[in-house]
Amino acid sequence: MSERVNVKKKQSAPIAEAKAQAALPALGPKGMLRWAWTQLTSMRTALFLLLLLAVAAVPGSLFPQRPANPANVTQYITDHPDYGKLLDSLQLYDVYSSVWFSAIYLLLFISLIGCVVPRAIAHYKAMRSQPPRTPQRLSRLPEYGTLVIPSGAGIPASEAINNAAGILRKRGYRVEVRDADGALPSLGAERGFLKEVGNLVFHTSLIGVLVSVAAGGLFGYSGQRILVEGDTFVNTLVGYDQFSPGTNFQSSQLQPYSLQLNKFNITFDRESKGKFGQPIDFAATVTTKENPDAPPKQELLKVNDPVSLGGTSIYLTGNGYAPVVTIRDGNGNIAMQGPVVAKLQGQNYYSSVVIKVPDAKPDQLGFVGFFLPTAFVNDKNVSFSADPELFNPQLTLNSYYGNLGLDTGAPQNVFELDVKNLTPLNARNLAAGGITLAPGSTYTLPDGKGSISFDGVKRYIGVDIHHNPGQVYALVFALLAVAGLILSLYVNRRRVWVRTGTADDGRTMVEYGLLARGEDHRLAGEAAALRKLFSTEWQLPEESAAEDSAPSQQTPSRISDNVAGSVDNAAGSPTTPAGPTGPEKDQ
Amino acid sequence: MPFGINETMGQYSELFMLLAAGTYTVAFIAFAWDLAKSSKALRAVDLKAAQAGTPAKVPVAAGVAAGSVRDRLDGPADRAERPSSSAARAGGAGAGGVRTADGDMKYAAERRVPARVAVALTTLAAVIHGAGVVTRALGAGRVPWGNMYEFLTTGAFLVAAVFLLSLIRRDLRFLGTFVVGLVIIMMVAASVAFWTPVGHLVPALQSYWLVIHVSIAVLSSSLFTLTFAMSALQLVQSHRQKTVAAGGADNLGFMRLVPSALSLENLSYRINAIAFIGWTFTLMFGAIWAEKAWGRFWGWDTKEVWTFVIWVVYAGYLHARATRGWTGTRAAWLSIVGYLCVIFNFTIVNTLFNGLHSYSGL
Repeated sequence: MSERVNVKKKQSAPIAEAKAQAALPALGPKGMLRWAWTQLTSMRTALFLLLLLAVAAVPGSLFPQRPANPANVTQYITDHPDYGKLLDSLQLYDVYSSVWFSAIYLLLFISLIGCVVPRAIAHYKAMRSQPPRTPQRLSRLPEYGTLVIPSGAGIPASEAINNAAGILRKRGYRVEVRDADGALPSLGAERGFLKEVGNLVFHTSLIGVLVSVAAGGLFGYSGQRILVEGDTFVNTLVGYDQFSPGTNFQSSQLQPYSLQLNKFNITFDRESKGKFGQPIDFAATVTTKENPDAPPKQELLKVNDPVSLGGTSIYLTGNGYAPVVTIRDGNGNIAMQGPVVAKLQGQNYYSSVVIKVPDAKPDQLGFVGFFLPTAFVNDKNVSFSADPELFNPQLTLNSYYGNLGLDTGAPQNVFELDVKNLTPLNARNLAAGGITLAPGSTYTLPDGKGSISFDGVKRYIGVDIHHNPGQVYALVFALLAVAGLILSLYVNRRRVWVRTGTADDGRTMVEYGLLARGEDHRLAGEAAALRKLFSTEWQLPEESAAEDSAPSQQTPSRISDNVAGSVDNAAGSPTTPAGPTGPEKDQ
Repeated sequence: MPFGINETMGQYSELFMLLAAGTYTVAFIAFAWDLAKSSKALRAVDLKAAQAGTPAKVPVAAGVAAGSVRDRLDGPADRAERPSSSAARAGGAGAGGVRTADGDMKYAAERRVPARVAVALTTLAAVIHGAGVVTRALGAGRVPWGNMYEFLTTGAFLVAAVFLLSLIRRDLRFLGTFVVGLVIIMMVAASVAFWTPVGHLVPALQSYWLVIHVSIAVLSSSLFTLTFAMSALQLVQSHRQKTVAAGGADNLGFMRLVPSALSLENLSYRINAIAFIGWTFTLMFGAIWAEKAWGRFWGWDTKEVWTFVIWVVYAGYLHARATRGWTGTRAAWLSIVGYLCVIFNFTIVNTLFNGLHSYSGL
């Protein structure tokens, strides 16, 4: 996840070579497990799994997906008989619930947990411990500088180190002063622990998002319903046209609220040339009741503006026309009266109509045809709808009589009429011709089979009803993740060491070094800022030959060159290597 | 709808776009001229130095000593692995003896007249372009990113604006041909392939989330465009540095105007980090909007899939920078792949794939 590999990077080539040549030691089953765990939680594996996840997500956009539209998948398999079935066996129509996709993201999250937990423990310890010991040779650090306080200033080494500690504390560093009264007092300071906290919060929150999504799938539900103006939906299982429960759904979860569609208005674009007749506003006026005894409430349901009711949200997802018809049977009785939902087929609300009249006697009746809000006939004698609004509404139908087959109990699609076993009454190619109706007109069927009246047109809407208890948590975790991400990218973890000493001539020498952990492009700026603060504190003159932020050559480069009793001796460990990697290695 | 359509404003907008594209083209030529001319001048200097028998000591094309003296004494090659501040300052010396521009990307003292002309022209073009975007918004009475044409023209404007703004603090003029070239491509694509007259928004887009979600998406895409340019240059520069270090001939003289591969990598990382946060917000706000509009915050719609893929690729990029063996060239490739996904998401997914995001206006 970040710099822990940087430490390994310092391996020199010969060591790597020796490693490659070394014979693999025999691992027991426990060793194998540990090896596998180490591999899985390594940065490389995580990166590999991450990129694999990106690749694995792609097929879901190339092939139709069952959860989005099962009908498209069936169609696709029919259209591609050669490989359609094969793709299905590879779960390419259910990519995001497939075994392989799940395996990738589960492995990724296990790898993530295996990385986050040890790091969280390590960071907790780091936050509670003191800054690392002062490196022997500060000059090897990425940022290094020295200052000289004149002997006349009256600031001895011990006071200088305390001043520096105060300045660093004010800048948010945690400071530890070492050997304050010794010959070479020094301090270690560290800041930016929030960087790693942010990093951990980010990755943990991603797990939270995943769990929230899973919870939504377990306890949520969703469904659809078509409502014609005047219709009322009651939130019970029978109220839905289509219902998909989550794995742990119980019907007792449904609160019996009701929603009535009073009026549905559409505004069409009458201004712009290219988009003339395009709908630019949908507005459904509805009356809602939280429960059967609650007072009714008027609300406006719009696209992008769902209605919240009884723990669910209700969305406006579709609309169309529903011509109102009255059908009398051969006996002269009204066999059917009311709106018929017309299914959108083409431009400008060109819609198909299917009417099944099982109550007609002596013969059941069936109608198939089209509804056009603004009917026109083109020069090839084909009807089309010239406008989405009701300027010239027209019903054109063929009619049939016979047994509709509804009494057998076999489920039928309400939008399709199987005419196999029916006898045609009206059609273009018959002597009686087709039926063409304008609002208010009535057509009498041939052979005394009855009549059909086109009484008027209503609008209908399609609504989606969703309940997802996981989504609030998903949002909270997502926000936490972003906060963590910003902290981890923009808080800088830095360490500063300062060492002071007194030269033979009585001057107080100060040297300081800075080290960043992880990416930090502002370390030089921090070094310059500290230098300025130190200079102000000790009233040192600004250096004229300011070479940006890295002044070093103008002043003695190392205290040990000037101070009585060199640093190495004073530290008592002259052999300790203190390269630039020194301070990082203790991680 | 609070505002009506104003056709005249729409026509003005198109005129401005045309003028801006023309001005960008001239600016592009000026940037190319700068590269060619500077490269020629540099070669002449090198030649003179070689004839005089002294190895050209001037370490940097820009003519200033890159980094501090200490940088070279301490061996920046050692630090090159750790992308902290000093490494970025290593400049010419850090590139292993290959001449590159100042890693700090600070302005040098010398005058590059063609580059100045190019920047002035780009600024002029961006101003006209901005007028085009504003008149488009006024003409439609809403934010100017309701369809692909508007997304592209506004996005191209942001690319140019971000580039010009960054020029205030850094000498990124070496990116000029690349960035202005991409801006021209975007504007041509907008006018030729995606042109749409001013119009109202479909109801699905009428939400304040359009302002929030899409503006962040455009901004992030613009930043990704800049880092794409840098990563591409980084690959070229890295190749050149390797060739020259191995004793090969330096056939890409103009690349001396470009900073070292490491400096490019560090800067593009910083910009990519900002863009990644922006893309995270794009994804999140998109999910919130999807919940408002369609009743679910995530449904693996094709556009959602690709937005997710882009997010994962750039997440991989950020991780690659901390993984041994994945820094440098590989990270640059990831950044480029990420940008290709952005382009794919915008063009192919919008036009050829069926999904809920089919609002191209075509």
